[in-house]
Amino acid sequence: MGLLDYKFENSNILITSLDNLLNWARLSSLWQMQFGLACCAIEMMAASASNFDMMRFGVIPRATPRQCDVMIVSGTVTLKMASRIKRLYDQMPEPRYVISMGSCSNCGGPYWEHGYHVLKGVDRVIPVDVYVPGCPPRPEALLEGLMKLQEKVRKGSLVKVSA
Amino acid sequence: MIDSKTLPTNYVTKPEKRATSTGRSLRTDEMIINMGPQHPSTHGVLRLEIVVDGEIVVDVIPHIGYLHRCFEKHAEHMTNYQQVIPYADRMDYLSSMSNDWAYALTVERLLKLEVPQRVEYIRVIMAELQRIASHLIAVGTYAIDMGAFTPFLWCFRDRERILDLFEMTCGARLLYNYIWVGGVSHDLPAGFVEKAKDFCKDFRTTLKEVHDVLTYNEIFVKRTANVGVLPKDVAVNYSCSGPMLRGSGVDWDLRRDDPYGVYGKFEWGVQIGKGTKGTVGDCWDRYMVRMNEMEESTKIVEQAIAWLPEGNVQSAIPKRIRPEAGEMYARTESPRGELGFYVISDGTASPYRVKGRAPAFVNLSVLPEISKGAMIADLVAIVGSVDIVLGEVDR
Repeated sequence: MGLLDYKFENSNILITSLDNLLNWARLSSLWQMQFGLACCAIEMMAASASNFDMMRFGVIPRATPRQCDVMIVSGTVTLKMASRIKRLYDQMPEPRYVISMGSCSNCGGPYWEHGYHVLKGVDRVIPVDVYVPGCPPRPEALLEGLMKLQEKVRKGSLVKVSA
Repeated sequence: MIDSKTLPTNYVTKPEKRATSTGRSLRTDEMIINMGPQHPSTHGVLRLEIVVDGEIVVDVIPHIGYLHRCFEKHAEHMTNYQQVIPYADRMDYLSSMSNDWAYALTVERLLKLEVPQRVEYIRVIMAELQRIASHLIAVGTYAIDMGAFTPFLWCFRDRERILDLFEMTCGARLLYNYIWVGGVSHDLPAGFVEKAKDFCKDFRTTLKEVHDVLTYNEIFVKRTANVGVLPKDVAVNYSCSGPMLRGSGVDWDLRRDDPYGVYGKFEWGVQIGKGTKGTVGDCWDRYMVRMNEMEESTKIVEQAIAWLPEGNVQSAIPKRIRPEAGEMYARTESPRGELGFYVISDGTASPYRVKGRAPAFVNLSVLPEISKGAMIADLVAIVGSVDIVLGEVDR
């Protein structure tokens, strides 16, 4: 993408068509990192299992960060884990997205006040695209979060640095 | 600690002495591999430091604490005893009902409080449904670890039916805050009994399906039988409990041997490992104990539903909980083993100290003992068969 930066001040037919194609490909195959932290990971598993079937959105769990597009931070992020999450995020190829699932990774959740060992929100170490509230969020809520992320991906463009 | 029986016949324990085909000795070094905290088969954020010699595991050092959420500190900081229950929920998030019950039971014993019979029966129904749900996850994820995806989907399909039952009762799918000190938060809703009966009837079919596709599957048996053998004496010495202990052939279940609630009234059997496919105490035995326990739990649920008495479920809930100064330890059989809470009261409205005795933590401590000499691929089978929940290991 760096090659095209500042080459086109305004989008033209070439760019928008390419945008449409790339965004469609990206949002239809958001491979997620198979990475559970706590209680929310069970709901994430439930979301990818039979009844909710997250794979119909093209979300396939992959075991390595190198193959992933989206990281679902599912659960309490402790200070000990935070550095590992940062490292895993850095290992993901761009464009990469983060869904923060559950109150714990949004803001510390029930461990906000006395959790001396809990990071008060994963957005303190990595940028978050979509926050899914709940303790734990229902699988439907996670799917809603995914669709929100898909909307965001759809709006991305080659010439503009996406927010 | 390398056992000659578990090693390949050509394996020499001292790496320096291993001879090559040309007759000269080849010096090899041990290597350290990190497994986790992000690894698909560590079932959470467990980190294993593995010392390997070739493909043979020489030592395993579990590193824990990636999910430490200071349950015990939270318990001390709450303004009353009731507020601890949501945190007890989040300890072992696969079996929240059992955790609630264990904590509520401890406080009730501290208060010398009798709960109504209907509450006791509802608690048994919930705890046993929870045991089925928890074992379904254990079996399903174990199947994934062994390379089978289908049983995972079937297990989750039936687990969702249990979660539906919980949801219609208390509104939550995973963390319930349902069992309170002295009672339960809601009475059983209309239609619960029928749905639970239907579930019990259909669930036996699922069990048979899983038996057909996984339990006696040659690949699965080859991966799990004679792997990670936990002898009886080692299991007792490491104070393992639950399916880990029973898989090793020790006939011990707190529901029968130290009954709490109304467990004494039901007819069911304690399941132990018999070494059907290999040695007593191997991974297959632990898996099989879980499968059989689900069947026994179904029996208990059916009996409890049939004998469910009438009554008010909230009549015994105390308006304010202020036990006399003292201490109490109560233990229950959670899906993972002996779950106990040790509560010290100083006479005020909040506990002075709460200690959770987490079965998964104790069961994990035996991992280095049983995985020495195994292949790396078998280590995945062993970790899966221990069925740890990191929320409970780290608390």
